[in-house]
Amino acid sequence: MNLVLDIALTHVRSRLRQTLVGLMGVAMGVGFSVMMAGLMEGSQRDFVTQLVDALPHITMSDERREPPRQPAEDHYQVVAFSGLSTMATRPGIKNPYAIIASLDSWLEGAVAPSVQARAVIRYASRDTAANVTGIDPKREAAVSKLPEQLRQGTLKDLYRSSNAIILGDRLAEKIGARVGNTIAVVSSTGRVLTCTVVALLHSGISQTDETQAFTLIKTAQILAGQTGIVNAMRIRVADIMAARDIAGRIEAQTGYKSVSWQEANEDLLSALEIRNFIMYTVVGAILLVASFGTYNIISTITHEKTRDIAILKSLGFTEGTVRSIFLLEALIIGIAGTLLGWVLGFALCQALGTLEFKSPFMDATRLPMYYSPVHYALAGLVALTASAIAGYLPARKAASVHPVEIIRGAS
Amino acid sequence: MTIQLPVTTPLIELRHVTKTIGDGVETTLVRDISMKIEPGEFVAITGPSGSGKSSLLYLLGLLDVPTSGQVLMQGRPVPADSETERARLRLKLLGFVFQFHFLLVEFSALTNVMLPMRALGERSERAMKDRAMKLLTSLGLEAHAHKLPGQLSGGQRQRVAIARALANEPQVILADEPTGNLDSASSEQVLAVLRQLVDETKRSVVMVTHDLALAARADRHVRIVDGRLID
Repeated sequence: MNLVLDIALTHVRSRLRQTLVGLMGVAMGVGFSVMMAGLMEGSQRDFVTQLVDALPHITMSDERREPPRQPAEDHYQVVAFSGLSTMATRPGIKNPYAIIASLDSWLEGAVAPSVQARAVIRYASRDTAANVTGIDPKREAAVSKLPEQLRQGTLKDLYRSSNAIILGDRLAEKIGARVGNTIAVVSSTGRVLTCTVVALLHSGISQTDETQAFTLIKTAQILAGQTGIVNAMRIRVADIMAARDIAGRIEAQTGYKSVSWQEANEDLLSALEIRNFIMYTVVGAILLVASFGTYNIISTITHEKTRDIAILKSLGFTEGTVRSIFLLEALIIGIAGTLLGWVLGFALCQALGTLEFKSPFMDATRLPMYYSPVHYALAGLVALTASAIAGYLPARKAASVHPVEIIRGAS
Repeated sequence: MTIQLPVTTPLIELRHVTKTIGDGVETTLVRDISMKIEPGEFVAITGPSGSGKSSLLYLLGLLDVPTSGQVLMQGRPVPADSETERARLRLKLLGFVFQFHFLLVEFSALTNVMLPMRALGERSERAMKDRAMKLLTSLGLEAHAHKLPGQLSGGQRQRVAIARALANEPQVILADEPTGNLDSASSEQVLAVLRQLVDETKRSVVMVTHDLALAARADRHVRIVDGRLID
């Protein structure tokens, strides 16, 4: 065995209890870092997945980011508009099916038209407000997970009766309605439609299940009081990370405001980035604290081994060799601690992954853990760097020992 | 391993060497000393406590650097500013025996003796082990080769230290009160080993001692008082 390694291992073994304490410090640091990273990234990915699954990747609405240029502005340098009032009805997307056909020609994904309307749903003298979305069942399956989220019924059941409706299961429960019941849907303009409940929706997200209803497009158009209107396009793309660019292209092509899921949730995504920064700071702090343990051990060993250092130097060991002995001792603790920490981190992730949590806002779920070699590599790298620095300082001091002073003192 | 030298070249030579310590209040440990250590001679350095005996030995052994003057090893000046070069010369050409054995307590006698050879790295593991065993056997320690220093008597530890000093076949053994902690029987054994070394292998020994009786058995006796040599 290499002499430096032999001496280093012997020193570390001779202070077994202290070594184990330091090693456990590093292992705990690495283990908890891996667990924290797995938990944080797991929850982030889970959150983003739910976000992406629950909503369309891109929503094109009948709004424009900037109002279209008016003909009068082209003829007069200064034009004053006065007496403007808010439009009572939504403008809608012009030529929606032509736009769909155009998007279908180049877009990798799917497009579905929809109509949004607000309404009050009434059944057995119970009222509740709801968002009614008019959809095309044939296209909807390609842009949302709605078919998979339906209980008691299918999307095709919307064709079963003239005014068929799908209710969120909590919404149905709130008013006491079941599949097959006939309910009254009152639009914001006071129009009343009698609809038949053909299916129940369970997305697992309380907000959706308590307020969402789906009908055919034409039913929603009647509720909105605008026959023939389509006021939103829901788009799903093959590459979700390209949604922002595709939204930009759609907006440039159609002129309508197209919002990608990233843009719609920019605040949340920024918050996630800040959360990651905080997490890595905490993880770094944990490992830094662990490195103090290593520093303490190596300092103690160098202090106890001053005589040995003096004799090694008198024998002809160079400062560099002496320094590398103690640096290696720190690295031995760091490497062993890192390996143990990896095992600990994996075990903690496994254990946490089995815990089940119940939230009033969502279905019962397990803690989402994400396993990535990057977490292990990062924690190991920081732990080894911290150990090396923690070992280098006392090692440098050990290497600078003047053998004559020690030999004189010992004689 | 043994380096053949011209007869006239001293192994170690000090030329007007002075060693001073302290920043504010300076203390001169060695004053203007010039001396030579020739191949195959046994030199004893004696003097009262604090006279500078050990300081002179450390200068001869390149463990310390002079404040002024020059140290030559095999006729070549030793660079005072290169610890690495001095470490290399110590490893190859010099062997130390101190009053305290300074063995590494976690290593066996055999491993302690192998240390300098492993540091030099010029022999195979097998050759190092064989040589260490041979040295321990020659010093009557073959039965104790695998014992830790804590399991050995004072005299045995000091003989292990001598074996370690001889491991790399150095030209000069520098011994600082090697019998200082030993009883008379053990002292006699240690001295016999050093004497035998000079007589049989023609190596040089420089021994610092208080004991004038021991010094009388050296080939040359050098006295030092207040850091100066007295003939």
